[in-house]
Amino acid sequence: MGNGTSIGRVRGLGSAKTGPHHWLMQRFTAIGNLLLVVWLGVSLLLLPNLHYQTVIEWISAPVPATAMALLVISTFWHARMGVGVMMEDYVHEHANKFACVAALNLITFAGAAFGVFCVVRLALGGA
Amino acid sequence: MAQAGTSNRPLSPHLQIWRWGPHMAVSILHRVSGNGLAFVGLALLLWWLGALASGPAAYATFTGWVWADLSTLDWSGLGLVTSLIRLAFKVVLVGITWAFFTHAASGLRHFVLDIGAGYELNANRTWSILSPVLAVAMTAIFWALLLLR
Repeated sequence: MGNGTSIGRVRGLGSAKTGPHHWLMQRFTAIGNLLLVVWLGVSLLLLPNLHYQTVIEWISAPVPATAMALLVISTFWHARMGVGVMMEDYVHEHANKFACVAALNLITFAGAAFGVFCVVRLALGGA
Repeated sequence: MAQAGTSNRPLSPHLQIWRWGPHMAVSILHRVSGNGLAFVGLALLLWWLGALASGPAAYATFTGWVWADLSTLDWSGLGLVTSLIRLAFKVVLVGITWAFFTHAASGLRHFVLDIGAGYELNANRTWSILSPVLAVAMTAIFWALLLLR
């Protein structure tokens, strides 16, 4: 391992070894997103209107509530990986990149938890 | 990467050097639409779910901002500002559905490329053009079905 040029520092280190998992998860969640968002779009089109009572009665049933919770998990998971790649590409300074990815993780888990909680509350009749 | 800009070593030509083609356009469109969905689309999804879980009043606030009834908008004084925001929300909401169909179409294109197919010059160019065009068509069909039912 050299200590001068950029190429010298990385020569012999090989890949990070964690790429295939990221690549596969990006695609697995993409398939989930495709199925679930299409389900959401078709469901909204099939509802007679989007008034509060109509939507509540639809989404609080077991199957729509389960699909909606899965949609939240799948889309947030996929978004976390996609936005993470964007940050790794465009935020060059190490400390800023770390801060961005750390904030991304917090916001992703907070957002997904809030979304799933709302669905659970709807399904269990809290609202 | 962090040190790449600090030394005087030559850099490879960047975006502005290349002549734009449909392949480049669909590639950056995939990233832009994906990040738009992540930041704006998921925020709206959470607002919608949160409003549903919070009750009729919160849901009325949500729909009042995101899909306001145009006939009730007030265009005088401060109402001008809030009405413009409500119009902007309609553009954002349609834009989010467009971003989904665009990201889905170019994502499906990526699945084809992932299995090693579709790299022939003409086929690649054709699908690069068709992906965003189909997405616009799907967006139009979705909103037509939603608004005309």
